[in-house]
Amino acid sequence: MMDLTPATWLPVAFAGLMGLAVLLYVVLDGYDLGVGILSGAAQGEHRDRMIASIGPFWDANETWLVLAVGLLLVAFPQAHGAILGELYLPVAGLLLGLILRGVAFEFRAKSAVGHKVWWDRAFVAGSTLAALMQGYMLGLYIVGFERTAANVSFALLTALCLVAGYAFLGATWLIMKTEGELQRRAVAWARGTLVLSGIGMAAVSIVTPLVSERIWDSWFSLPNFVLLAPVPLVTAALFGALGVVLRHLPARSDRFCWLPFVGAVGIFMLGFHGLAYSFFPYIVPDKLTVWQAAAAPESLMIIFVGALVVLPIIVAYSAFAYRIFWGKATDLRYY
Amino acid sequence: MDDPLLLARIQFAANISFHILFPTITIALGWVLLFFKLRFNRTGNAAWMDAYKFWVKIFALSFALGVVSGITMSFQFGTNWPGFMNTVGNIAGPLLAYEILTAFFLEAGFLGIMLFGWNRVSNRVHTLATVLVAVGTTISAFWILVLNSWMQTPAGFEMRDGVAHATDWWAIVFNPSMPYRLTHMLLASGLTAAFLVAGISAFHWLRRDRSPGVMAGLRTGVFLAAALIPVQIFVGDMHGLNTLEHQPAKIAAMEGIWETRKGAPMVVFGLPDEATKSNRFEIAIPNIASFYLTHDWQGEVRGLNSFEHRPPVAPVFFAFRIMVGIGLLMLATSWLAAWQLHRSGEVHRHVARVLVAMTFAGWIATLSGWYVTEIGRQPWLVTGILTAKQAASGVAAPMIASTLIGYLLVYAGLLAAYVATIFYLARKSAAPADHSPAEPVRAGGATAAGKAVAAAL
Repeated sequence: MMDLTPATWLPVAFAGLMGLAVLLYVVLDGYDLGVGILSGAAQGEHRDRMIASIGPFWDANETWLVLAVGLLLVAFPQAHGAILGELYLPVAGLLLGLILRGVAFEFRAKSAVGHKVWWDRAFVAGSTLAALMQGYMLGLYIVGFERTAANVSFALLTALCLVAGYAFLGATWLIMKTEGELQRRAVAWARGTLVLSGIGMAAVSIVTPLVSERIWDSWFSLPNFVLLAPVPLVTAALFGALGVVLRHLPARSDRFCWLPFVGAVGIFMLGFHGLAYSFFPYIVPDKLTVWQAAAAPESLMIIFVGALVVLPIIVAYSAFAYRIFWGKATDLRYY
Repeated sequence: MDDPLLLARIQFAANISFHILFPTITIALGWVLLFFKLRFNRTGNAAWMDAYKFWVKIFALSFALGVVSGITMSFQFGTNWPGFMNTVGNIAGPLLAYEILTAFFLEAGFLGIMLFGWNRVSNRVHTLATVLVAVGTTISAFWILVLNSWMQTPAGFEMRDGVAHATDWWAIVFNPSMPYRLTHMLLASGLTAAFLVAGISAFHWLRRDRSPGVMAGLRTGVFLAAALIPVQIFVGDMHGLNTLEHQPAKIAAMEGIWETRKGAPMVVFGLPDEATKSNRFEIAIPNIASFYLTHDWQGEVRGLNSFEHRPPVAPVFFAFRIMVGIGLLMLATSWLAAWQLHRSGEVHRHVARVLVAMTFAGWIATLSGWYVTEIGRQPWLVTGILTAKQAASGVAAPMIASTLIGYLLVYAGLLAAYVATIFYLARKSAAPADHSPAEPVRAGGATAAGKAVAAAL
């Protein structure tokens, strides 16, 4: 049994905080990136309405990425350099994508009519590029950054599937936030992307334990195998249930329009926890543990205390913002 | 161009230069918006609301550009300068974490309400959202200026096994140069926003749009600039004296003084030459530098040649002169315009054109100021602790070069689009149906540039 000194528990606490930030980022920016990807399949009023549904939120959603990367930087500086150094080019691609979509969001609403179509294209391209790069980075992370032909193909598969996964999340968001014709289209998009999302999830679940003996043992030795069985089983059940639900939407009087979104978030959460369980305590797979990579305990403590005070406040006012824009999205007008 | 250190430097400088443009506007523009909102709440005069509605769009655009370029920064700390966090991460880390936790979320969380919540919340909550966004931008400036100042004048730490550990957080936060640098930057932001508001309002005005909302913007911009510029000159001087105390080599580079001497002259112009360690074509006024640096006509000023570590001289020397030159231009323009506005409620056409030409003058002055202080810190990344060379990463030159080209292209395009869009918004709002069609008016270089860019896009 380890002694419970700050040097032992603080890195774990920070891994938890960072995990929370990553999960919130994936779910929150996931749906708005997804809406961005899907906006390429819509025109005119539909596209405007789709973008209006994420308008008040995207800034705050992306801030979770800044927090996640910030925590990696300040709590695990060695891992920040190691991971982002390995992922130098995909990171540059991700940033390019995020830049394009972020500014396109503003420019499309403000520039001359003739330019709007270009900013719309930049919005779709940027959203897609960001999702692709995140998926590619996830794939490379899982295989420990070794760029063999098989590994790169796997990373390309995860890239494609994360695009589908985000599009699926975005589609379920739109089912919840829109009505009428656009909602019917969103249901169709959700059905279309559900399968590819499932393939991606399955691929990650199969490859992850194959890459590392340690991860294989942590899942398939007894009694872990029995105890952990609910994770893949519930995930599979959610996929099945979503398939059924989507066949019956949109329902009369729009009941259950929130159900697919909640289900999709559930799938992302389960997948995230599965990965977190596989890799912990390593922050750079099989190379660097959270304890080896952590900054000095006294500095971590300063941040930890601040985070404990501030994070609940952030969650509270974020919830307040979501409540203000509750319900179906309306046209986005500055006034 | 195969030196990874140089490329990493250029890339980081390009990113941070692009990034700082937008916070420089939003930090102060947030408060200007609050001013418009409060004036409207108090007077009920629709002119203030018109001004708010116009400027909140430009705020949103600037904010988005600041957010996306800021995300880039958070990645590049690690990819370009891993040695930075490995050496001083115990101090830089908490400061950056507090910036994210106390500022970024606050700004982003309430921006949505401020921009789109108008019909969904009460006027009071909307005003509160405006306050919190302005507070958020300012808190963000506080933390990042604390960190930057600590890198210039480190305090409150000890080195253990080559790694900095915090010993006194109060001393770290209130390090010697922090109060001066923070004030100087906040005032720079105020001036940048003031000239932006004045310049765009003057652009409206020249296009015959003299509605109450435009005049409210013009007055606010001009009077704010006129009030801030003398304070800025005073604070800039104090900041300089603080630098003389803690980073004398930087001052020597700013002044272009190579040899230590009593009664040092003020070099008005010259071409600093690193090879001969002197200035060519120097025009100097005797004893002035000694006077304003030491407040003694015969005071001794240390020259560059007496320092073991000294920054590259020419960029610091010229950037300083550009900053001061624009500052003086700002003083003349804003006071003249303020005097005219005060006397007749209007500005002269020529003055309005100068205001339009100076719309982005704050950017040039702010960037020049940052180049003075950041290049002036070299070769150190953190003074006395870590050089930029030690902090550099092992990323290969071609990778840095290729991404650098990508960033530069994107940034150049975005900057052009940003300027063009602001002038487009100004033209569009200047020609609503109930106004008489504006006569074509020639309006200075900045406008012509804006139109050319708009046409090119």
